[in-house]
Amino acid sequence: MFDFAVVTEWVDAMLCRLLPESWVTTTEFVLVGICLLIAYAVMALGLIYAERKVCAFFQCRLGPNRVGPYGIIQTVTDMIKMLIKEIIEINHVDRFLFNLAPYIVIIASLLAFSCIPFAKGLEIIDFNVGIFFLIAASSIGIVGILLAGWASNNKFSLIGAMRSGAQMISYELSIGLSILTMVVLTGSMQLSTIVESQADGWFIFKGHLPAFVAFVIYLIAGTAETNRGPFDLPEAESELTAGYHTEYSGMHFGFFYVAEFVNMFIVAAVATTLFWGGWMPLHIPGWEAFNRIMDYIPSIFWFLGKSAVMVFIIMWFKWTFPRLRIDQLLTLEWKYLLPINLCNLFLMVFVVVFKLHF
Amino acid sequence: MKEKIFNIVPDATIEEKGGILFVTVPQVSFHDLALRLRKDTDFQFDFLVCMTGMDWGETLGVIYHLRSTVSGKEIVLRTETANRANPELVSVSDIWATANLNEREVFGFFGIRFINHPDMRRLFLRNDWVGYPLRKDYDADEQINPVRLDSESSPDATQTLELTASGEVEEKENVIFEDDEYVVNIGPQHPATHGVLRFRVALEGEIVKKVDVNCGYIHRGIEKMCESLTYPQTLALTDRLDYLSAHINRHALCMCIEEAMGLEIPERAKYIRTIMDELTRIASHLLFWSTFCMDLGALTAFFYGFRDREKILDMFEETCGGRLIQNYNCIGGVMADIHPNLIRRIKDFIRYLPPMLKEYHGVFTGNIIARQRMQNIGILSLEDAISYGVTGPSGRASGWKCDVRKLHPYGVYDHVDFKEITYNHGDTFNRYMVRMEEITESLHILEQLIDQIPEGDYAVKTKPIIKLPEGQFYKSVEAARGEFGVYIESHGDKFPYRVKFRSPGLPLISVVDLLASHNKIADLITIGGSLDYVVPDIDR
Repeated sequence: MFDFAVVTEWVDAMLCRLLPESWVTTTEFVLVGICLLIAYAVMALGLIYAERKVCAFFQCRLGPNRVGPYGIIQTVTDMIKMLIKEIIEINHVDRFLFNLAPYIVIIASLLAFSCIPFAKGLEIIDFNVGIFFLIAASSIGIVGILLAGWASNNKFSLIGAMRSGAQMISYELSIGLSILTMVVLTGSMQLSTIVESQADGWFIFKGHLPAFVAFVIYLIAGTAETNRGPFDLPEAESELTAGYHTEYSGMHFGFFYVAEFVNMFIVAAVATTLFWGGWMPLHIPGWEAFNRIMDYIPSIFWFLGKSAVMVFIIMWFKWTFPRLRIDQLLTLEWKYLLPINLCNLFLMVFVVVFKLHF
Repeated sequence: MKEKIFNIVPDATIEEKGGILFVTVPQVSFHDLALRLRKDTDFQFDFLVCMTGMDWGETLGVIYHLRSTVSGKEIVLRTETANRANPELVSVSDIWATANLNEREVFGFFGIRFINHPDMRRLFLRNDWVGYPLRKDYDADEQINPVRLDSESSPDATQTLELTASGEVEEKENVIFEDDEYVVNIGPQHPATHGVLRFRVALEGEIVKKVDVNCGYIHRGIEKMCESLTYPQTLALTDRLDYLSAHINRHALCMCIEEAMGLEIPERAKYIRTIMDELTRIASHLLFWSTFCMDLGALTAFFYGFRDREKILDMFEETCGGRLIQNYNCIGGVMADIHPNLIRRIKDFIRYLPPMLKEYHGVFTGNIIARQRMQNIGILSLEDAISYGVTGPSGRASGWKCDVRKLHPYGVYDHVDFKEITYNHGDTFNRYMVRMEEITESLHILEQLIDQIPEGDYAVKTKPIIKLPEGQFYKSVEAARGEFGVYIESHGDKFPYRVKFRSPGLPLISVVDLLASHNKIADLITIGGSLDYVVPDIDR
């Protein structure tokens, strides 16, 4: 299987030959940053297009089909429109916090995005508490949302932000606990180790019942964490018009919008990494020929393909279910998911201690 | 009954027309009589159908159409005051809750102030409006009431007139919102108010404490316009009231005029009108389903409902030319004969819709989230439904058998066999289910009528200028949202002296405060969606 480390090491060696050592590190930082931003933007565009098409097919429509073949250029033109739109200055807002909020949201999302192991050898930071760092970085986003709601000086925005705060903090618990369940199984928080240890079987199969329960809870909590339907209360348009980002315009709104889509991808990517083997190809013990064919498919396709399935499931939720009410949402978390999750964690510890997993 | 009324009010004048008593009562004894009519076991007029402000030139007054839900009897009360400078009548909002908003409407349009009414604000007009538009001596000069470009402030307190024990009238202030309340404007531009309606909502966190309804953003003065139009011309305006039951509204006005003229319309026209009524009802309920699901966040359902409603609109387009506003009924029948394709298309539709309804129930009704959002939310008791005059599917969800098609069959409803859908709990889920089952019933009605349309004329010829005999005429039909009534007072001219439309929407918004208080914001939206009001119908 192709290892991306070959490429990165080649670039590193070439830069070392051309530049002094201190400059090499700086140049590599810049290069990684640029690649990351491009990947982030492309991912957002792709997801928005996918969302529109998926939504359209659920609703017996065609979706975008005018700009470019099958409308694939539509989101690009929308992005250009968003970039050249005026950012409207609003009176009676806390200007500093108001302008800061979208950046906090996008930076939190970008930081989390950078932790994901996309393919064999294609990961930016890989250190021993990788998954912990990912959770920590992604939960900074809530600060941005609260700030946006508060600084807007708008009653709808404030209600949206408060809902969002209550919701994201609650569901962070479930996400944390279900990830913890898988960490117990792996024995490591390093993302590369987690993926490597699934070479002989994905965790969803290896960890059988507790892993499956953790996956279901993770998917529910992850959908809630990204404020997507049926948990889209913070921006419930039939109640709060647009919630915390009501007052934002131009690219500031764009940041919230893009961050929401990429957060959805991050949730899907983490699910892939933890439960479905990350970039590991599908191997079935004993089917040697089949396994070798599977190995020919590049690891990045495995990763993106699995993530795409997860993303599709999350979109499926949104376009099928009606929205929950705030008390039902909190009941679901505190009275159902959290106790189940704690029991499940205990079960997983039991399974690991007595070596009941495969 | 006459004698009993004379016993209570000796100086009342009573006429009898078509089995209905018209009682004129002096204003001093009006409240006593109203209370007795409501409470006494041999009257029990518990439903105030329609309340019409009147200007008779010399005097200003109000006409009350009452109905008993127990015996089905009807009575018309009339009271007036000769004081045009400062007219005052006694409020009946303590007897029939629906009078609350209606009296505010009369106050705005005629300047009659109601003593003991808790909230004497204008319902539709701005606070700085000069004059009373529905009075006959109103000056419509644009200099007096120009189009004002400044936005109006909403006062947190209102005036009320109270009758003290000594018999004097005292002005008092009634506080709606305290200074420290968190008041949020929902509307007039809001996706869930289904039009330009504005709720001022006092919140405590997520919980709604009080809802104050502000109407009038789309008021066009249709009743005033009717007074200067000939009878055939007034028809076009009814389609613009509740645009989702445009055809049914027009049916009511046509019937009222035909009855006043003593015109018998051909059987074929009756069949066509009834079929079109039922198609309109299905289209309206499909739209209800779509928008209600959208209010609850199920966006996909919205498209399913609209897809199927489109089929009905196509049928309307083929026969009537119009899709939303059909413009099809006319005095004496219908404008044109049905399109040859109509019968086949309706038959196809009757086969097409039931599987779709099954899908709707699968997508939405059976969903656990939807169930939890709807069940036991916004319970409207039977007493409240009658007192507030909440008719139609919303009233039937509370167990009130108020279907005009059953009470006073019109068209060919007496030839068909259909069930009146009622539920007993009166919550949001019941209101939803009544509408869903009414779609099936309407299909059932169509099934019975579609092969029975008799041959013959589709309209009788009428003279181009129609004059109604002097008198008062009231006719109501079952529109998609409840009882739609038309009251015409004619003085023998080719123009009506006064036209009043009893809108089914006004009672619906008057219960929003009752149902939504102490629930969550999300429930306010759910309740609003399940009541299914249409704003142009409220604002008229």
